[in-house]
Amino acid sequence: MKQRPIRWSVYVGLMPAILIVVFAYLGTMIWTVGISFTDSRMLPAARFAGVNQYIRLFATDRWLTSIQNMVMFGVLMIGISLVLGFLLAVAIDQRVRAEGVLRTVILYPYAMSFIVTGLVWQWILNPTLGIEKTVRGWGFESFRFDWIVGQDTAIYCVVLAGVWHAAGLVMAIMLAGLRGIDPDLWKASRIDGIKPWRFYLHIVIPVLRPSFISATVLLSLGVVKLYDLVLVLTGGGPGFSSDVPAKFVMDYLFQRQNIGLATAAATTLLVTVLCVLTPWLYAEYFRRQTPKG
Amino acid sequence: MTTHHTSEGPSGPAPRRIGPARLGIYAFLLISALFFLLPLYVMLVTSVKPMAEIREGGLFALPSAVTFEPWIRAWSSACTGLDCRGISPGFWISVKILIPSVIASILIGAITGYALSFWRARGANLLFAALLLGAFLPYQVFIYPLVRIYSATGLFSTIYALVLTHVIFGLPVMTLLFRNYYAGIPIDLFKAARVDGGKFFSIFFRLMLPMSIPMLVVAVILQVTGIWNDFIMGLTFGGLANRPMTVQLTNLVAPTEGEIAYNVNMAATIMTAAVPLIIYFISGRWFVRGIAAGAVKG
Repeated sequence: MKQRPIRWSVYVGLMPAILIVVFAYLGTMIWTVGISFTDSRMLPAARFAGVNQYIRLFATDRWLTSIQNMVMFGVLMIGISLVLGFLLAVAIDQRVRAEGVLRTVILYPYAMSFIVTGLVWQWILNPTLGIEKTVRGWGFESFRFDWIVGQDTAIYCVVLAGVWHAAGLVMAIMLAGLRGIDPDLWKASRIDGIKPWRFYLHIVIPVLRPSFISATVLLSLGVVKLYDLVLVLTGGGPGFSSDVPAKFVMDYLFQRQNIGLATAAATTLLVTVLCVLTPWLYAEYFRRQTPKG
Repeated sequence: MTTHHTSEGPSGPAPRRIGPARLGIYAFLLISALFFLLPLYVMLVTSVKPMAEIREGGLFALPSAVTFEPWIRAWSSACTGLDCRGISPGFWISVKILIPSVIASILIGAITGYALSFWRARGANLLFAALLLGAFLPYQVFIYPLVRIYSATGLFSTIYALVLTHVIFGLPVMTLLFRNYYAGIPIDLFKAARVDGGKFFSIFFRLMLPMSIPMLVVAVILQVTGIWNDFIMGLTFGGLANRPMTVQLTNLVAPTEGEIAYNVNMAATIMTAAVPLIIYFISGRWFVRGIAAGAVKG
């Protein structure tokens, strides 16, 4: 244990963080949760309304669709990004030529904003402008690729853009993991004559468990916060078929002026994230703290 | 955040000869590279085509006549509603938001990380836990009360509101970054500074901050990219007066009456992506380090 004396200047130094946590995080959070138990609509009202807003929320089709979309987007985007990112990392790790160029090309989307990502994919996927128009121009008159305007398929376009944005991140994390594997392990497997694919499946993937976990955590952060991408890519449409919870909250706060319902939705998101997060954060940061000092 | 590379080079089995497996690997990498490059290619190519060519040839054909007129229009004369000043006002507003936000958020994060790793304060664990939660919770939980607070204090739609917001939501990751970095600095160094009579702030500014240059570089990369790419904060708190470039871009490309000028729109999009892209290409491995450091690891 470090010898750490108490000094008042420490609290001065911590003051910005304390103020931010108390007012900007906890204060606003309690405020939001509070509003969700009132019958506020356009303006906040003080009348207590119990769980009425929550009952109304879960009777709202658009909310149920948005939750469904978030889960679907989360599972598909994370799953595909992990597989693609891992395969890319393994491929790059095979002493290929132009490794630096490949890494740069695969990771650059991660530096772009969701706004830029959404806009450019919206142009490419637009049937009257992008891929469909081009392939038809080549003479395949009956070619169809209009997912972005389909009720059931628009969300897959969001997944596609999400994977494009995030796969490079997974690749970078996995490549760092692969380069960290003990070289003796490779030598041993070669001497034993283990087939490369078996070696990757049974030894490399279990060894890279921490890399998979941090990649998954990073990607899931984006899933709950998913807003900008949907806004510019599909606008949540057609109708509200590709809506997501974050966009639902923003629309009901600022356009539909129904803050009671919006805060109930935000609170539902909050509780969901807390339930998933608390055990993990505890395990990650506080259980192992003692030996570190 | 330490580099735990035991071997710098690739660790896969050495190729013996060019076989089908080798060709397969190259084919996979090539197709993937094309997939990742496609949007950049589309934007670059379309932004230098005249509209007539886009109408006929679509997005993927190479331009037969290159024109930079769309770039000039996107920067200085494209219209958003009645405002015909292009995307440039948004660029300057983003710069005005970016510089103070980056400095303030990094400084506060560094001090907090320093205090948490070297000094004893009551409730430090609680503070750290609350900060971690702040990193994960969706912004939608905080946004409405913040709008009310900013309106009540007259901060709404000012640069200050946006700077403050970026400090608030940048704090968790910045704190984590510096806390992890300082955890790797030998405690004896700190003790020696204490014995020499160093106080909280003097040790921070004279000893720790100069030692943190690598982490400062990583923090600057993370924050510049993150704040420049922000949309939701700018949209919510910037009002009409202080719309950052990302928000102005979405207004600029919103469909209006008449033909959509895709070339102008794509030129404006490239300009908006330029700052983080330049940072990415210049910083190279540092960018990857930033990701790994931000990867919320204990």
